[in-house]
This record gives sequence, C-alpha cells and structure tokens, in this order.
Amino acid sequence: MGIIRKALTSRPVASMTSPFTVDHYLEQIHPMLAAGNVRARVVEVRRETGVASTVVMRPNGAWEGFRPGQHVQFGVEVDGKRRVRVFSVSSSQSAKKGTFSVSVKAHPDGYVSQFLHRELQPGTIVYLSQAEGEFVLPREVPSSLLLVSGGSGATPVMSMLRTLRDARHAGDVTFLHYARSHEDEMFTEELDEIAATTDFRVVRVYTREPEAGAELAGRFHVDHLKHLGVDPASTLTYACGPAGLIASVRDTYQELGAADQLQVEYFKVPSVDLDAADATGALTFDDAGIEAPNSGATILVQAEEAGLTPEFGCRMGVCNTCAVKKNSGAVRHVVSGEINANTDETIKICVQVPIGDVNVAL
Amino acid sequence: MAAFTTAIARKFIKSQPIEPRSASKHNAAPLSLISPTSDRPATIGLEYMTYEQLDEFGRELDAVRQRVLDDLGQKDADYIRRVIRIHKGAEVLGRIGIFMPFFPPAFVAGVGSLAVAKIIDNMEIGHNVMHGQYDWMNDPMIDGARYEWDNIAPAQDWKHGHNYIHHTYTNIHGMDRDIGYNMFRIDEDQPWYPSHRFNLPLATALMMVFEWGIMYHGVELDQYLHGKISKEDFEGRKKRAFKKIRKQVFRDYIAWPALGLVLVPFVGWWAPVAILGANVAANVIRNVWTFLIIFCGHFPAEVETFKEEDAQNENRGQWYLRQLLGSANIKGSKLFHVMTGNLSYQIEHHLFPDIPARRYPEVAEDVNRLVEKYGLHYNTGRLSKQLGSVVRQLAKLGKKPSDPYKIGNSPESKALRRAKREEAARRLETAGASHLVS
Repeated sequence: MGIIRKALTSRPVASMTSPFTVDHYLEQIHPMLAAGNVRARVVEVRRETGVASTVVMRPNGAWEGFRPGQHVQFGVEVDGKRRVRVFSVSSSQSAKKGTFSVSVKAHPDGYVSQFLHRELQPGTIVYLSQAEGEFVLPREVPSSLLLVSGGSGATPVMSMLRTLRDARHAGDVTFLHYARSHEDEMFTEELDEIAATTDFRVVRVYTREPEAGAELAGRFHVDHLKHLGVDPASTLTYACGPAGLIASVRDTYQELGAADQLQVEYFKVPSVDLDAADATGALTFDDAGIEAPNSGATILVQAEEAGLTPEFGCRMGVCNTCAVKKNSGAVRHVVSGEINANTDETIKICVQVPIGDVNVAL
Repeated sequence: MAAFTTAIARKFIKSQPIEPRSASKHNAAPLSLISPTSDRPATIGLEYMTYEQLDEFGRELDAVRQRVLDDLGQKDADYIRRVIRIHKGAEVLGRIGIFMPFFPPAFVAGVGSLAVAKIIDNMEIGHNVMHGQYDWMNDPMIDGARYEWDNIAPAQDWKHGHNYIHHTYTNIHGMDRDIGYNMFRIDEDQPWYPSHRFNLPLATALMMVFEWGIMYHGVELDQYLHGKISKEDFEGRKKRAFKKIRKQVFRDYIAWPALGLVLVPFVGWWAPVAILGANVAANVIRNVWTFLIIFCGHFPAEVETFKEEDAQNENRGQWYLRQLLGSANIKGSKLFHVMTGNLSYQIEHHLFPDIPARRYPEVAEDVNRLVEKYGLHYNTGRLSKQLGSVVRQLAKLGKKPSDPYKIGNSPESKALRRAKREEAARRLETAGASHLVS
C-alpha cells in the first residue's frame, strides 16, 4: 500500500483533483479508505476501573505509528458533530495486528471521555491525527530509567513500560505510580504481571488509602527516590500527572541539579467552571506565541488588546471572516450561551469568549 | 465608492467604535454601520413599523435563528454528506463520460454530469460551507475557514467581498459592491454612465464567464487604483488569484485533456480537443446557472436599495429588515432548490447566512408569518418571472435618464457628489474636534 499511498498523495494527483484531495473522493467509497487522513475502527472498548476505559483501535494505512509517550487527537462523531480530544497512547509500540489503544479516565464534565466510557461500540470509525508530542523514549534507551506518574498520567508512561517489556529491555527500569486508592488505579493486573515476570521495579503508592505494609506512603518526596535507590543525576526520568505532582518532581530535580534528566508532561483534566462569572485562565495565541490572562471579552477583542491584528468583518457573528482554529479549551457564544470544548475546532472569535485556558491559532 | 473610503477611514480615525460594535452587545444592537457624527437611529423600515416594532421584529427573528441552531444535528450532517457524495459521484462520472468522445451519448451525459457537479460544489456546498454553515460539525473537510471551491475565485478573497462586505452592508449604495458589480446599472439610485447602454449585452457576456468575473471582482483592482486598499493587500489578492487560476486552468484545460492523448491512437487526434471542449462546456453551463440564480436573487425590480446615511446606527430589526427587503426568492421544486444551493431562498439566506441552507424552507414559514404581521413585501416568483424582471431592469436602466442629476458625468451630478463629499468631511471634522474637547 505504501507506494500506492505515495502516488495518491503526490502532487500530480493533487493537481488533477484540485481543489480537493484524493481523500475527498476515496472516503466516498469507504470511510476507512483514505490516503492522507488517519481513520481507525474501534476493535474493543475495555473497562479499566469504574471510571476509566481503554479503546483499542485498528488504524488505516495512513497511520504512521507512534513512539511510546506520544498522544493523538481523537475525534468521534455524535449527533453530526465531531468532538475531538487529545488522549495519550497507552499500548505497547509492538502491539500485534496493527492495533493501538488510548486509555481515558471519564471526567464528570468530559463529554467525550464519558461517551467513550459509556457508549462507544466496537466497529465505530474514529478520526485521528498522527501521533504527536515530544514526551517520548529516546531511540537508545539508557541503562537506568525512572517513570513517575500520577492518576491517569499513567497512560503515556504505561505505553513506555509496555514497550520496554515487549522489547525485553535489560536496563534498570523503575515505575513509580501514585494513585488515590487501589480501586482508582488503572492497569492494576498488568502492573502486577509486569512486576512478577520482569526485572522492572513497579512501585505503587496509594495516597488516600495507603495499603498496610506498603513500601512508600504519601505524596512524591525526595525520600521516595532515596528509598528506591534512584540517583536523579544519572537516571533519565519521565513524569506525567497532575500539576501538583509535576511541580514537586520538578522542584526536587532542580534542587538536586538533575533538571536535565527530567522530561515532564502535564496530564490535563479539562477543569472548567462553566458557571464562573469572572474570567479565569489564560488565552494563548499560539502562532504569535503570546499568552495573556483571560479578560472575559471576546477572543477577537482580547487578541486586539494583545496587539494582534486578526482578520475580522462584521463583528456580529454574521460573515465568518474572523473564523480561526481553536486548538484547545472551552468557549462560550456571547448570544446563545452555547459552550464548545472541542480540540481543533473552527470558531468565530468575534462572538466567542474563552472559559478558562484557551489556545487559538492566531 | 467615496462612502466606502470614509467607512474605512473611520476605523482608524475613531477608536471608540470597537466598544459599541463589540459582539458582547450583539443582542442589544449589532450595529454594522455606525455614524461617527450622530446618534440618530437609522431610518430604515420606518415606513412599515415603529422603532418598538422593529426591536420586536429583531427579537422574533433572533428567536427563529436560535430555534434552528438548537435543532441542528445528525440529519443536517447526513444531508450535507449526501450532497458531497452526489458531487463527487457526479464529478467522477462526468470525467469518465467525457473520456468517451467516440460514444456521443456518454460524452454528452459526461458534460452534463460534470456541469452538475460544478454547480453543486459552487452552490449547495462551496458557497454555504464558506458561510460557516457547517462549522458546528467540526469536520475539517467542510470547514468554512479551510474550504476551497472548484471556482476561479480564491476562497479567502471571495469570502471577504461576499460574506463580509455584501452580507453586512447588503444593498447599501457605495458599500455593497454587489449592486451592479461596478459594471451594470441595476438600480435607479446608481448614476448612469454611457457604458450602461450596453447593460444587456454585457450581462450576457458576463454570464458566460461568470466565474472569471467573480474572481476579478475579488481582486479589487479599482479599489486599489482609487487608493482604497493598500498595495500590499492588492498584491496579495493578485498573487492568490493567479495561483488559483493556474491550478484551475491546469486541471480543466491542460491535465485532463492531456490524459486524453492516450485515446488518440484509437479515436483520432481530436480526442483531447473534445475533452478540452467538454471541460469548457461544463464550466460555461455552471457559469450560466450561477449567474441566473444570483441575478434573480438580487436584481428584480422590487428589490430595495438603501443610502448609507439611512442605514447608520441600525438596530437588529433594521438590519434584518434591510436583508429582507434587499433580496428576492425564486419558487421551484425541491430539486431546483438544491441545485441553487437553496439560494432560491435568498431572503432567508440573507437573514441567516450561517445556518445550514437546507433549513431555509422551514425558516421561510416563520419569515412569511412576520411579513404578514408587519405588512411587508416578500419578493418571490418563478424563475421566469424574476428573470423577466431582471432583464427589464437592465434594459430600462441602461437608457440615458432625462434627469441630469442621475447622469454620472454630467456637471450637475459631479457638483452634487462634490457637495456631499465636502459635507461628510466637514461633519467628520466637527465630530473629531468635539471628541478632542471632551
């Protein structure tokens, strides 16, 4: 398929189908049939804990694969509307049969995560981006490695851990995971199995309901590293989880002069107070690289106040001149009050105000 | 055109309009055109209703809009996807058909099918998608900001001239450049120039090459020559236009005919020529169709136009009313409406340019109730009636008027325009001065 795919996405073909791409035609035959656009069929939806699910998918040939630790934009259509969220890949890089998975904790306000958890059926076609992100294992994995995670931040490092297991990696690998309780932990059985069948060290800390006789207790602390015998200065470390965990790991590594060994990724929970009267969060203009505190005005006005000159027309939501891509975050329509929280969504910035952190392509 | 410059200049002279124009006051007053000198409310519609009624009218139409927006869902998504499927199917069948010049029935059907594909892409898909009607679906392939259509005009420049200028300042003289496209005299209030004697033959010629006309319109050469847009802006438009022309011409008139070379040993030397001819024919058919629908939606006799000073400081109801009085519908079958991109419901389209066009028939029922309630004129009729009216208008208004003030290059008319310009400049100056004092 490689050479056909290359031919189909080549310039001569594009000039014959201009202004459309060959995918506009191919997807009329079958939605999975696309040369450039990644599509996947859901193979299995597996329940991890009471509130978390793993979605196993088989992507089409446009999928270029992923490196452990990367995430993917995951789009699912409900009521004619494509809802896109970013999820970390959780499966091993050497998963069989051309499948991969994402694991998602259902957030109480998270439309997509709730949908995946409750309603997504095998056979559904989902719309994906290529895998993205720099939070990845190096090509040459060093001899000692520490993976720290908290809560659902386990997913990207789980992908790393599974990949290392499947590659029969011989170095020292420590997996240090913080969960609120045993019930709240994802991948429990597999972690038990990895602990039993490999030389990897798997340590789990339950912060709210500590287990009797556990090795470690409480939140992340430098003593935890000491207890595990991990030397931060010589151990490549990946940390993913809530902001609090990341901050304490980062501080610890800085104090020990080991900041260059640390790679972090925030696990972003869409914590949006939809009823907040006051403006909260920050508005990021991605192309310009400007971040400004959300003033509560429309995005167009805030962009102008930040010194940008985005295109606009009627300033009343009629002409669509100011439509730009919102990369992430939730916005509220000034007239209808409707809230949209999609990733990679086009919005008219003259009639949308940000709620919390919002990132737009301006 | 002078009014247009002052409108642009205003944006820079006066920084306050940002506040009242802010979308957060959208509900209260979406003032698209603000007078720099007075708070006098717009006079549009006063012959039909009071200001209170105009406010109520605006609220009623806002409610119609919201009801439709709340109801959007799977059926609208399925509809546009079905239309896209038909477009792609018709295009593929068309291109296969025109590859059979040795079998005339297939060849002719191919030309027809390709023309239908181009019409559907222009009207029900391209035009509507680029209004943002399907942005709520969040599908990058039918996203108004990213869509590019099978037409010479680059999407970006067309959207500025059409979605913004035409749809915001609809039928305001000196602001909406779609009144006669700077080429025809289609309204009593346009000054007459000798070139307007050729109103009808010129319109017929434009009909054949309509897509090129739309492209040229968007390049804004005359605006640049009059110093109304910057060189940078103009160069960008020119560059985009040439890029799109290259792509469109290469595809239709070079690449596909060149593929026909493989037929030469079997069919003869004329095979590529026939394919080239088929592409030209499909484009011309599309051009004629889109021209007819657009002219009939905007230029029948009873369509109203407005003066800039009457439209300043409009309220929501007045803005709606101007859209309603400035457009005309065409009656027809369901298939006819689809082939016009539902722009046969031009009135509803102008009231609600960004709701999916398939909803216009149901919206029309509400609009008609309001039209009856307020005793308004709802301009509609069969294609033949509307077209007849457009032709009569072009013929009638092409003749030299007896009133010297209506003749653009007469001394009387020039003096009148100069006086108006000076008056406007004086008002602007006084406004600026009082602003400085305060």
